[in-house]
Parts: sequence; structure tokens; C-alpha cells
Amino acid sequence: MNSFANRFSTNTTQLHSPEEDNFSDATWGSQAGFGNIAMGVPTFSIPDVADPTSFLQLHTDDHADPNCRIKIQHGTTTLAFRFQGGVIVAVDSRATAGSYVASGTVKKVIEINPYLLGTMAGGAADCQYWETYLGMHCRLHELRNRERISVSAASKYLSNLVYSYKGMGLSMGTMICGWDKTGPAVFYVDSDGTRLKGDLFSVGSGSTFAYGVLDQGYRWDLTDAEAQELGRRSIYAAGHRDAFSGNSCNLYHVKEDGWHFIGNYDISKLHYDGPGDVPGAPEGGYGYDIRVEGLSSANPPEAAASA
Amino acid sequence: MSIMEYNGGSVVAMVGKDCVAIASDLRLGNQALGISSNFQKIFPITDRIYLGLPGLATDVTTLRERFRFRVNMYTIKEEREIEPETFAHLVSSTLYEHRFGPYFVEPVMAGLSKTPSGGVKPFIAATDLIGCLNFAKDFVVAGTASSKLYGVAEGLWEPDLEAEDLFETISQTLLNAVDRDAYSGWGCIVHVITKDKVVTRTLKGRMD
Repeated sequence: MNSFANRFSTNTTQLHSPEEDNFSDATWGSQAGFGNIAMGVPTFSIPDVADPTSFLQLHTDDHADPNCRIKIQHGTTTLAFRFQGGVIVAVDSRATAGSYVASGTVKKVIEINPYLLGTMAGGAADCQYWETYLGMHCRLHELRNRERISVSAASKYLSNLVYSYKGMGLSMGTMICGWDKTGPAVFYVDSDGTRLKGDLFSVGSGSTFAYGVLDQGYRWDLTDAEAQELGRRSIYAAGHRDAFSGNSCNLYHVKEDGWHFIGNYDISKLHYDGPGDVPGAPEGGYGYDIRVEGLSSANPPEAAASA
Repeated sequence: MSIMEYNGGSVVAMVGKDCVAIASDLRLGNQALGISSNFQKIFPITDRIYLGLPGLATDVTTLRERFRFRVNMYTIKEEREIEPETFAHLVSSTLYEHRFGPYFVEPVMAGLSKTPSGGVKPFIAATDLIGCLNFAKDFVVAGTASSKLYGVAEGLWEPDLEAEDLFETISQTLLNAVDRDAYSGWGCIVHVITKDKVVTRTLKGRMD
């Protein structure tokens, strides 16, 4: 591991290649932090200690130790599933720091390119940086091979990349979704190095709630409208029950011609009023008390209750 | 894991002109999992005193019964209703009896006390979990959203609000504070206590 760390270390001389001298400091800024692409492997500054891996483990968020120093966004619900009409990707938009709701407008779907989407769970910065970086390599693949990269290859590129940082505190649980020669595809990739091909995944603290609705309503031959409604309804369920998910649902549909943004839905509005005039959606709110109002004596309609 | 955050929930009380208001959320959770959206944390003690008990739900239920017993005993022995100030000290000493193994609640009280001239004086108070009393002149907060409640209340509250304006102020304070707290929310309830009546309203809150 230390030999690996050495490779990325800023205070070793072996990395100092001649072409690096051709780039002034100003060039770095002008390339929005991605200036390193011209020189191949990205460089990171590594803590100047004997064993950087154990140093990072001590100071980075870890499942075992909640008293950590670098806080990483854990609460999330994301889901993606494959069906006859393509891929549905749906996520919530809440970011929490402890019990504090830090933001309710986070974009947890990362648009890698017009045919590829990535979802964000775990470290927001890790997901954002590496999935954008993946986008650059997907473009390079296109230029080199005069052909779009397959979802399988793109996800493998990412999983190999995060595996090379194993033990250094990267935290990502992501689904790489898209449409390639083989049709719709979904791959689950996480920072442990796991990479799974599948039809249906959900990731995050609210994933159990989303799976509950998803498994119940999932079929391969879902229509587009039914599939979108299932994604929306699943994220609502998670946003409702899970304290660390909520605020709003972002819905995407990947078809043969690339991804389409379907909409942003307020979770509380879904609870009380439903998604509005949307194909495939039932009339009225998703909330249990709202759906069953007036159907039992325990929960009479407002007019009867006051009488 | 903090025991005070196990079930979640928050309470706030505010002083107005010849009136007081006390409000709470309605969530009962098991850590991140929401269980109920109709969990009452505010209880009437007399016609003019309300007590809010945010904290560990099992202790909320236990203490509610304990205070009912002690207030009943007081009423029988004294042959009169308990005054808010007296009740605050009853709460305080009940909690301090368990100094070395406390109940995990932070009580908030709101009431109207009688003046010698026959009028009423607004009264609010809060204690920590071992009974340290805090008699505030403006507002008191407690529960998992307390830090957020302080922020919003500090910005919205002003002196001598009439009952209707106090209702609006306390409602907006609670509704907006619990939206920034993962462990509070799922609807709210507000009680406004005036000289001749108590108005109770249930508010529609965010359900996520």
C-alpha cells in the first residue's frame, strides 16, 4: 500500500516528468481542476506520514466509528431499474449532517454524458468527482474507438479505479445506468470494489423502504408511464419513512436516444396531493391517511367527523 | 447514539399579551424509522396549564402518569388548583429525585397564573432532564430540533403578541424548525391558552 501511496505522493521525485514543466500554474486553473488529464494519472497530495492508509482510516468516516472527523453524507435513497422501455432512475434530494438537514435540493443523479447516468450515495464529493472523471474517459473512449462506450465498460472503469484506492476512505455506492448496443443496462458499483450487473437496485439508508414498493410493483413489461410511477412511488415511500431521506424526488428515464429528465416532485406534495396530472399516476395523494380517508369509521371524512 | 434522539420530537412555548402558546411536532420514531405521526407530547395539567414532554417516549408516558398522580394529590390536600409556578417546582423536584438515573425528558410548561387583582399573568418554563428550572420571559424550546427552534424563534418572536398573532408566530417557528431536523416533524399541534379559553389546532406539516 505504501508503494502505491508513493506513486501519488507529491514529495517523491519519480513522478516529476519532463512534460509537467510545460504547464504553468495558471494552466491548472483554466482546466477546471482536470488539467492532470494531459499527463495521465491524477495526482493527490497524500498525508506526510509513515502509513497514509491507517492515518486516513483514523480521520475519515468509518461504519465502525461514528465519532468521526470528516463527516460524509450517509442518508440517501436512490434506485434504478431496467424494464422493457429502458431504465428508470429515481433519487431523493436530502443531505444531512448528523440530525441537521443541511440541504433539500441536492442533485443526486450525475449526468455523465447524454447516454449515461450515475447515482450518488455515500460521499457526495467522491461520487461527483469520480463520475465526472469517468465522463471524461468515456469521451476519450469515443474519440479513440469511434464508438460509444458500453455501460459495462464504463462501470468497470469506475470500479477498477475506486478499487485502486481501497482502504483510503473513498465512500461511494452508485448505480451506473445507460443504454448501449446491448440495450438498457444497470450496474451497481461501490467503493469496496463490488460491481454487479442487475435489473433492479436501490442504495442508501432508505433503500429498504424503496425495495418494498419496488419489488411489489416490478415487472419487465411495465409501460413507460407505469415504470415512472413506480420509481416515483418508491422514492416517496423512502422519503416518508426514513428520517434521512426526503424533500424531493428527481426522476430520469433512459431510452434508446439517451436519458430524459422527467421531473422533480416534492415528497410532501406527493403525500397530500399526489404527482398531479402525470400519466400512470392515481388521483390523489400517496399518503395512507389520505388514501383511506372516509373508508373506515376509525378515519372518517372531515365533514362526518365534525358532525 | 444519543438516548435523547432515540424517538425524536420537539416542543416550543411562547409568551404573548395575556396569553401563552405551546406547540409540538407529532412524530414518534425508532431512530431513523418513522413509526407514528400522531404521538402526543403535550398534556393538559389543569384548565390553564399545559406540559410538553419531548424526549424518550417510554419516559414521556411514565412521567405523564406520575405528574397526573402528583397534581391530583396536591389538589386533594390543598383543596385548590395548582398554580403554574408551583407546578414548575413540582416538575423540577420530581426530576431531581432521579438525579443519578434520570428520566430522559426535557419538560416545557406553559400556563396562566392568577394575579392578586384578579387578572392573569403568562407563565412559561422549561427544565433540563434533572430538573434545572429556566423561567424565560420570551420563549423556551426543547427536543431534537431545539437548536433550530432557538434560531427561528429568535428571529420571529416579539413582545406583547395578541393570541392570533402568537398562534401564527409559534406555528411558523415550529413548522420551519422541524423541517431542518431529521428526527422531528410529521405534523404539529398548537395550543393557545387565553383567559377564557384554550384553542387547539393540528397543523399540516411536511411528511418526510
